[in-house]
Amino acid sequence: MEWINAIAQGVLLGGLYALFAAGLSLIFGIMRLVNIAHGDLIVLSAYVALTVTLALGLHPLLALVLVVPGMALFGYALQRLILNRAMGEDILPPLLVTFGLSVIIQNALLTGYSADPQKLDAGWIETASVQAGPLVLGVMPLLVFACAVAVIGALQWMFYRTALGRAFRATSDRQDIAQLMGLNRAHVFAMAMALCLAVTALAGVFLGIRTAFDPAGGSARLIYGFEAVIIGGLGNLWGTLAGGVILGVAQTVGATIHPGFQVLAGHLVFLAILAVRPRGLFPRREE
Amino acid sequence: MPDPVLNIDALDAHYGDFQALHGVTMQVTAGEVLALIGANGAGKTTLLRAVAGLLRSRSGAILWQGRPIGALRADQIAALGIAMVPEGRLLFDSLTVEENLIIGGQLGRRGPWTLERVQTLFPILRERRHFPANALSGGQQQMVAIGRALMANPELILMDEISLGLAPVVIRQIYDALPAIVAEGLTAIIVEQDITRALSVSHRIYCLQEGRVALTGPSVDVTRDAIARAYFGV
Repeated sequence: MEWINAIAQGVLLGGLYALFAAGLSLIFGIMRLVNIAHGDLIVLSAYVALTVTLALGLHPLLALVLVVPGMALFGYALQRLILNRAMGEDILPPLLVTFGLSVIIQNALLTGYSADPQKLDAGWIETASVQAGPLVLGVMPLLVFACAVAVIGALQWMFYRTALGRAFRATSDRQDIAQLMGLNRAHVFAMAMALCLAVTALAGVFLGIRTAFDPAGGSARLIYGFEAVIIGGLGNLWGTLAGGVILGVAQTVGATIHPGFQVLAGHLVFLAILAVRPRGLFPRREE
Repeated sequence: MPDPVLNIDALDAHYGDFQALHGVTMQVTAGEVLALIGANGAGKTTLLRAVAGLLRSRSGAILWQGRPIGALRADQIAALGIAMVPEGRLLFDSLTVEENLIIGGQLGRRGPWTLERVQTLFPILRERRHFPANALSGGQQQMVAIGRALMANPELILMDEISLGLAPVVIRQIYDALPAIVAEGLTAIIVEQDITRALSVSHRIYCLQEGRVALTGPSVDVTRDAIARAYFGV
């Protein structure tokens, strides 16, 4: 029973990890950009939500109405004004820029909010639970998982059924020819980053409701996000959800064996999968 | 001669230290089909890339309908009505055949070409519309590349070696579609290795040699001798 419970909790936790990973996967898929600052942007979103809830007295989930578009706008500007200038044949310069961005965000948060851990107060919903047969599942983790499935589904639909998705795929295939079709690469990339940070904002708020966060917390989130993307296979969004779930289950099962084993168990499963399937479980295409 | 729609004035182009075009000057009038010939490396593709905006140049070096476009980005030039069929087709492999066509028309310029008409011109593209673009044969891919450019409803179409690597029967099929394409009053610049074909489909020719214009004239007037001299510089 204890094990079934651990697996169920792990699956739900995987939803949060999939949300960490979705933006990362999107950005790498469209513009081959490895965003080292991704974890810090998740934490930044949590702090932005904290500020909004304190200033306006809003519930954190209601604050999403402001935080999601706010972060999307920030993403557009970030890509257009900074990252696009570093993009080119070589993938190293933009990677270094995001590394610098990571350091800047951490230190700015440290200056603005101190190193004290903070938390978003979501009230009764944090402790609410539902009985599902022999299992007791938290309402909040269920909500996060449902959001993750909805977000991945929506991204998948956007990618394969809309003009924006077509522009993303075309630009990812051949940047210069896409430009000939009248697609301005700078704008297409900025739209991708806006979308990425909108998802990141959602992930940041859920993170802040689930656990305490501090300015240095970004790197762990980046690692979980990377692991979910790699386990699932690059360029496959549903694979990313599966990757998040596998990582989540590994962690909760590890914690059931021994509480100190939680994070390590996740990394070990990641390494094992990487050793057996270097391209992840569900790579988009065989090349 | 009426006013040119495209006026190229002393265009230079460089790839790093290598100068690919040396002061190329060229005029194209509306509705004209111009053939661009020359040996490999003469600068034909470079010239098309410069006009399409894939290679930036001096602003005033290229005038389109009287407007300097040399320094514009490719997407801005596309919006002004210039489309290109690139050498080697270069389709979007992640997109289906139909999506490749739709994205060609995504600027929404009005004109005679619609998805329906392109699929009527090349019926195989309707039949295979849900195939991934790279699952088609070379000739069919070339039809997608031409259709993709037509979907933009351009006023000037640049075609770079549309017969490259195709079987003769397929080449004939594609060139048979050309009169229907330019009948719409479209201006065209065509790069073609096959001199006979280049002369038969065009009103005028330009021959480039090592980045310079070596010969120009009406296609019916130029002699084989003149072309041979312009080609090889002998």
